[in-house]
Order: sequence, then structure tokens, then C-alpha cells
Amino acid sequence: MAEVILKNLSKSFGDQIGVEDISMTIPDGAFVVLLGPTGAGKTTTLRLISGLEKADRGEVWIGGRNVANETPAQRDVAMVFQQYSLYPHLTVRENLAFPLKSPILNTPADEITAKVDEVARVLQISHKLDNKATALSGGEMQRVSIGRALVREPSIYLMDEPLSSLDAKLRTDLRVELKRIQASLGATLLYVTHDQIEAMTMATHVGVLNDGHLVQFGTPREIYENPNSLYVASRLGLPRINVLPADVFGGVPAGTTQIGLRPEHIQQGEGQEAQVQRVEHLGDQNRLHLTLRGHPLITIADPATDYAAGTTLKVSPRNPLCFDADGNRIR
Amino acid sequence: MSSFSVTEPTKRTKWFAGTMVIVYALITMLPLAWIMMTGFKSPADAISYPPKVVFEPTLEGYVNLFTTRTRQTDEFLAANPPETWYEEIVREYDMVIAGPSKFGERFLNSVIIGFGSTFLSIVLGTLAAYAFSRFKIPLADDLLFFILSTRMMPPIAVAIPIFLMYRQLGLSDTHLGMILLYTAVNISLAVWLLKGFIDEIPREYEEAALIDGYTRFQAFYKVVLPQAATGIASTAIFCLIFAWNEYAFAVLLTSGTAQTAPPFIPTIIGVGGLDWPAVAAGATIFLLPVMIFTILLRKHLLRGITFGAVRK
Repeated sequence: MAEVILKNLSKSFGDQIGVEDISMTIPDGAFVVLLGPTGAGKTTTLRLISGLEKADRGEVWIGGRNVANETPAQRDVAMVFQQYSLYPHLTVRENLAFPLKSPILNTPADEITAKVDEVARVLQISHKLDNKATALSGGEMQRVSIGRALVREPSIYLMDEPLSSLDAKLRTDLRVELKRIQASLGATLLYVTHDQIEAMTMATHVGVLNDGHLVQFGTPREIYENPNSLYVASRLGLPRINVLPADVFGGVPAGTTQIGLRPEHIQQGEGQEAQVQRVEHLGDQNRLHLTLRGHPLITIADPATDYAAGTTLKVSPRNPLCFDADGNRIR
Repeated sequence: MSSFSVTEPTKRTKWFAGTMVIVYALITMLPLAWIMMTGFKSPADAISYPPKVVFEPTLEGYVNLFTTRTRQTDEFLAANPPETWYEEIVREYDMVIAGPSKFGERFLNSVIIGFGSTFLSIVLGTLAAYAFSRFKIPLADDLLFFILSTRMMPPIAVAIPIFLMYRQLGLSDTHLGMILLYTAVNISLAVWLLKGFIDEIPREYEEAALIDGYTRFQAFYKVVLPQAATGIASTAIFCLIFAWNEYAFAVLLTSGTAQTAPPFIPTIIGVGGLDWPAVAAGATIFLLPVMIFTILLRKHLLRGITFGAVRK
């Protein structure tokens, strides 16, 4: 395992910016999650580190070496692709063994068998080892695809939305399993997702990308509690952060044009009057869809509360995040 | 009563389709059947009118195809009774076998040149198609158009320049010359067909192999080639059929050592004119390799001729 450093990394495809001036240090043993919408440059970042794309400017350092002139094989990275790219002409076992048999690793046969069996057991695909890769369900394919990375011990694991095609239960299982494996191996892992639960639960660090720029990098807690822009604030949190004009509640620093209020930061009982539009019962909590002076607002309430549509309640902000007209944080 | 199904054909459709296939097969196979039958006829039966469908089969055509024969005096014939079944056949015409004919050699030439040029076309075509499919090549579209343009006129239109060049280069009547020529004609087809197939193979497979520790060439060899097998097989069949059946260049450029079977077969002269049963026997044997090759690759061909429209 190794530390990976990106220095001023830039890559564009014709007129389109892939990533622009990304600098980031992925500490040895860290689980870094890249968050951002489609087209923000998450996948491009992975491809630049793996060597599948050549950077226009900037450097990638893996384990203390500048890998600019190294092939993907020499960089010693493992990658899980978003489209599970299993080799269709091979069986599951052969797929898992493929990286171990490479001329670079050239693993002895008994070691290959042991590793493949171990990974297959962890990913619950032992019973499918002798199937053709094409004879699997989508979820099984993706697990094999993850397994093909996990059989190795590379400098860094790169994973491009590896869980996005799995059903909810399997996703939860594998999320826990992946985190456990990473922690026990002390593996360095860069993980792309747009699922914020994955980001919050697995990451030691989160990087938020927007239009090819790294807009904030920090622990999940920092990103959640202390976002430096409205954009970052809206990437994490479910339901999403509520955005209101600054004058709705008042009492904000100069220059503030809008405030961000996380659902749990809306206190009920006093303050402005808001109308309940809709109540969603989620079991462990109720979500209240409110209208406050024409502005929609979502907050959470204790499941025991019994609000009905049309009721009026009073709300006030707690710890609002203040932003200027461009969406930058005002502290 | 069975319910209507979108995917299952009705009985009447099946019956109709079956009939059409059989009628079509009969029409296309009739000439082939005629050639095969003629190979087992006697020379008299072969040219009789009206044509004979029922006849007494004989291996005379095949014996004549593989041998050269001379007429002998009655004394010689009386002194040397025939020792084998094929000598007996020849004796009916008061002849003896003088030696093997050139058919064997010519057939071998066809095998060497046909399969040699097919192999070369596939190797070069696959590599070129892979490069066109995967790498940024300056003027790639123009180059591809140029490659295709070599097929925009009948190849025989350039016969005279090729004839002169080959004479100058010493390639006339050589195996190498014919292999190069047929490869040159086939390569455009091979590049275009194979590029289509390789375009269909997602790049992610190779990228995964590159990251899994393999070089570009190893990824090509271990991941791309197995998946292009279908395309390679069908392209190989097209190339082989062209090289195997080519007649005009073979007549023009070969006469001896490198002559292929197509120009040789019609020159088989029998007693008093063309020996039709021997020609038919030669044609029958000549058909076999392409047939066997196609049957061996049939599984791939069936999927291949859909040109990658259906994947997996």
C-alpha cells in the first residue's frame, strides 16, 4: 500500500474539461471517496491515476515515484470499473485469477487457488466459480469485478461506483464488507460514488468535485458540518439541505444572500409560521414537507408526532450556514 | 388450444419456412450434385443426350484425374496383365498408366497459396483493424477509404502491370508471389470486416487487462483475440473462398511450379477431347477443403455473418 499524491492534475478532451488543476494527497491506508455529479471528473481522476489517460499537465506520485512514464501495469493499481468489465470468454475463476497470472505478478498456482477461493468466499460467489462470466446476474458480475481487484495487493485500489448496480441489501452488505477489508488490509482506496451514504459510512476523507475542480477535501464530518460552498453542502445530506433567502429569518452576517438549513437544523415550536404540505412516514422518522412564506422546506420530526397536511407549526433555524450570492460560505 | 405466442412460430409458418429452405437448397445444390455425379460417369455417359440420371458408376474419372496414360501395343498388354483395380480400368481403353498426373501438385499449390494468403490476410488485417479501431491515427478515415478503394475496380484490371512487375521481381509462377497477390486483394476486405468486429468489443476489457498487469500486446492477445474469434473466422472464410477460387490471375501468372488447381482442372485432356468425368472429379475434390473449413468454423460463421449485431 502506498500514499498517492496528485499535483495540479489537468486533462481535457477537446473543448471539454475532464479535470482542472486537481491537487490532493491520498494518505497511505486512507479510504478516500470522490463525490460529484456525472461529468464532474470523478472517473477521469481514476483513469489518470491508473494510467489509462495521460494528463495534459500535472503529476501523479504513487508510493514516492512520479509515474508519468509508467504503464498501467507498472503503476501497480487495481481498478473496478463502473461497467463490470469481466472477460466474457473466461470463467469466474479465470477472471479472478487473471491479474494474479499476469507476467508482473506471476503467482504460483496454489497461491492463486487460495486467494481466489478466499475472495470468492468473502464476496459470496464461491458457488459460481466455474460459471462463464456472462452467465451471471448483474450483481454477481459486479462482485466478481470487485473480487478481481481484491485478489491483488496493489499500491492503491481504484473503484468507480462499484456498488451502484447492486440491490439495496447486497449494497449494504458489501459496503460493510468492503470497509472491513480495507481496514484490515490497511489498503489505500480511492472510491468514486454519488451515493452519500457510501461516502459518509466508508470514507476517511471525502473530495467533492464540481466541473473538474476539487472544491473541498476533508473528513466526511468536516464536509458535512463545515462545507465551504452551497454546492458542497448540497452534495451531502438526505433530505438535501434547504436553501432559503437570507431575509426569511434574518440575523445573518453581512453579505449573506442565502442560508442553508439542514433538515435536522430546523427547530419546531417557535419562530416563523409554516404550513405542512405533506408528511412522509419512514418508520424511524417522519419527513415534513413545509411551506414557509412560499418557500418549500423539508425537515424531520419524531415518528410519534402526528402532523397532518394543512396544519401550521412554528419553525426557527439552528446553526444556519450562510452563503453569498455566488454560493460561497460566509463564516 | 394453444395460445398465441410472439416468439414461437405457428405451425403453418414453420411448414412454409421449411419448404422454402428445402426448395432453395435443391436449386443451389443441383449443379453441385450434377458435378459430383459426372465425376462417377463414364466419358460416354457424361456427354450423352438426353443426360443420364441413372448410370453405372465408375471410378474412371478419378483414375484419369490422378494419372497420365499411354497407349500400348497388344503384345505389351498381353505380356503385362493389370495388377491393380485402377490399371484394370485403364486397360479397357488399351492403355497403361505412365505415371501420376500433376493434379496432386496443383492441388497442394492451391492449399499452400489459399491457406497461406488467408493466414497472412488475417494476421495483417487483424493488427491493422485493431490499430484503426483503438488508436488515434492521423488521417485514419482517409487511410481506410484508400484501403477500400483498392477494391473499387476488378482486380484483374491491373493484371498487366502486375504481370510486368512480377516478371521483373521474379515473382511470376512462385508461391510467394501468389500469396502476396491474393493477400493484397483480400486485405481490404479483412481490415474493414475485422474493424467492425473489433469496434464492437468494449475497450473496458483491454483497459481492465492493462491494469491487471498485462502489456498492450498481451491484452490484445489474451482478451481481444478470443472475443474477435467470430469475426476472424468469418473473415477467414471469405478470404479463403476468394483465394481458393481465383482463376484469372492464376492463369496469367502461373504455369508450372506454382500453378493452382483452378487453371489446371480444365486442361485435363482425355481421349478425343476434354475428359469431363476427370474434370468433374477434380472439381469435386477441389470443393472439399473450403467445405470442410466452413463446416469447422460454422459455429462462428453463423454468429459472424450478423456482423456483430447481436452480442453475447
